[in-house]
Amino acid sequence: PLIWVVFLPRAFFWLVSLLLASLVWFVSVRLSDRGDARLQHGLLVFGAAVSVLLQELFRFAYFKLLKKADEGLATISEDGRSPISLRQMAYVSGLSFGIISGVFSVINILADSIGPGTVGIHGDSPYYFITSAFLTMALVLLHTFWGVIFFDACEKRRYGCLGLVVASHLLTSGLTFLNPRYEVSLGPIFIITLCTGLWAFVTAGGSFRSLLKCLSCKQEDDSRVMTYSALRVPCED
Amino acid sequence: MITFMNNSDSEEEPCNERTSLMSAESPPVPSYQDGLQASQAGEAQAHRKRRTGSSRSPNNITDGETSDSGVPVREGALENEEEELTLKYGAKHVIMLFVPVTLCMIVVVATIKSVRFYTEKNGQLIYTPFTEDTPSVGQRLLNSVLNTIIMISVIVVMTVFLVLLYKYRCYKFIHGWLILSSLMLLFLFTYIYLGEVLKTYNVAMDYPTLFLVIWNFGAVGMICIHWKGPLQLQQAYLIMISALMALVFIKYLPEWSAWVILGAISIYDLMAVLCPKGPLRMLVETAQERNEPIFPALIYSSAMIWTVGMAKPDTAARRSSQQAWDAAEDGRENHRSPSHTDSQVSETRSPIPTRPITSFEEFEEEERGVKLGLGDFIFYSVLVGKAAATASGDWNTTLACFVAILIGLCLTLLLLAVFKKALPALPISITFGLIFYFSTDNLVRPFMDTLASHQLYI
Repeated sequence: PLIWVVFLPRAFFWLVSLLLASLVWFVSVRLSDRGDARLQHGLLVFGAAVSVLLQELFRFAYFKLLKKADEGLATISEDGRSPISLRQMAYVSGLSFGIISGVFSVINILADSIGPGTVGIHGDSPYYFITSAFLTMALVLLHTFWGVIFFDACEKRRYGCLGLVVASHLLTSGLTFLNPRYEVSLGPIFIITLCTGLWAFVTAGGSFRSLLKCLSCKQEDDSRVMTYSALRVPCED
Repeated sequence: MITFMNNSDSEEEPCNERTSLMSAESPPVPSYQDGLQASQAGEAQAHRKRRTGSSRSPNNITDGETSDSGVPVREGALENEEEELTLKYGAKHVIMLFVPVTLCMIVVVATIKSVRFYTEKNGQLIYTPFTEDTPSVGQRLLNSVLNTIIMISVIVVMTVFLVLLYKYRCYKFIHGWLILSSLMLLFLFTYIYLGEVLKTYNVAMDYPTLFLVIWNFGAVGMICIHWKGPLQLQQAYLIMISALMALVFIKYLPEWSAWVILGAISIYDLMAVLCPKGPLRMLVETAQERNEPIFPALIYSSAMIWTVGMAKPDTAARRSSQQAWDAAEDGRENHRSPSHTDSQVSETRSPIPTRPITSFEEFEEEERGVKLGLGDFIFYSVLVGKAAATASGDWNTTLACFVAILIGLCLTLLLLAVFKKALPALPISITFGLIFYFSTDNLVRPFMDTLASHQLYI
């Protein structure tokens, strides 16, 4: 249950960041010349970049908030530890960010896809829906990974990692600008997703051995049980 | 009571509105008044409940206890534990409230999106007599403000009426009112709703089947809400009632009026609950003085608190009302439960020895739970439903409003845990919801649309 309490404000923070970014974009569009397509495109890029930066900023703000809450919880709880670890919080917050941004990006497309129409009738790519789906999935995963890495980097004050996360976010977003040419954007984005995933996995303390342990966890339990029963026998005697 | 009343009233209002539309008669004013009162009652109850919850913390009205003296001692010793429990249960409470609010909103949004009936304009309630089909923007604004003033004043009058009734112990009247409203809601509105849904999906159904279904649904609902029933069923019914009510509001309130009304209602809620002379506050205080629960049919409770038998002669009456009260806490009232339930829980948990002996005539089952007024459910759903109905950005706006409302609820629960008093649940959530609605509709939507058309992701 506490997880949900962490989940929601995160979505809220994302929304606020989106709001501010669109405010910036809106104002800039109003102030600029409507007719110039290139300028509009440039403003769009600018708006997207501002949005990415704001998202990262809000991620950081949320991290600070969670740290404070974590300390509060730790002091109050009985055994001095908070009921939810920072890692879990990082994961949940990244997931929440990802879900809300993914949902926002894709739900209108989904709603339109139910309705009648032909994809790409005006000369756009006919693969619009499929690629949107893949991109959204990649984005959700990426946000989750970034969340984990980001929180960890902030914990250990490794600002280089932080900068790398922000840069990769910007890079991903920039890649989507190349979008009608799907080979160029989809491929690199998936590669980035995989790399970030591995990085997050390593950061969260996983390793090849722990992966194997997870897959074979049953055997471990059995051995523990045997040990326990082995201990019990002398007492009963 | 108030919560009860609200339900009945509001239901009656639209009902009368419809009948008046159909029979071309002048709308009967008393019913209108009733309706308003009901809504006010609901609100008042909500407020009352909140207050009761808060003042109850030392009291535990449901236990009918008098462990007041025990409470301060206990509290000192267990403060820390209570705090921790508060936090832990705070999270649990938050979840317990999120689920019903989410369900209600989902039902409303699903209906709005699929059934055309609720987005067509077929007239207005008599409570909002000014039309919005005016040529100029200024005129439209003026009309909506006037509509709001009328509606709010009706609600205020009703709440005051309800409080007076409660003060002068006209319980039968209040009960009858509440039962009438829930009857109308459960039968008439369900019939209309079912009819529209069947029409939308082009499903044929014969009248005997329809009659059977609605009869069963309504009868079980009446029993669950006003008497005893499984907690989950009761919660489900209350959610359905709130959704139906919200749908009626969405259909019959003209656009600008709806937004202004939402804003005005949250201000009213704030004042009615927190001001010393506010009707809801008085209701709660009176209920506390008499150690009685507030009417059940208007409040949603996430945990069942069955009446504890009390060794008092008028227990029976109180018991049934209490049950109803506990069950029906869905009404407008805002949270009250955390403090209430917390205190209750801590009371049950530790001070068992210090509690005065009460003969339990009935099985006492207490759980921590949170209580939220049904009016809150209704207005949250109205906000989200209106966003779904009228926003051109469709799902983004709806989602944004949904998240905003849940965050507001979260914050209010947090404040409740901190202040341990009855608090209005409407203001924060509705404010957030309104801000997000307008900003998402006007600012975010063009941005996201442009991004999506180029398939850019941020």
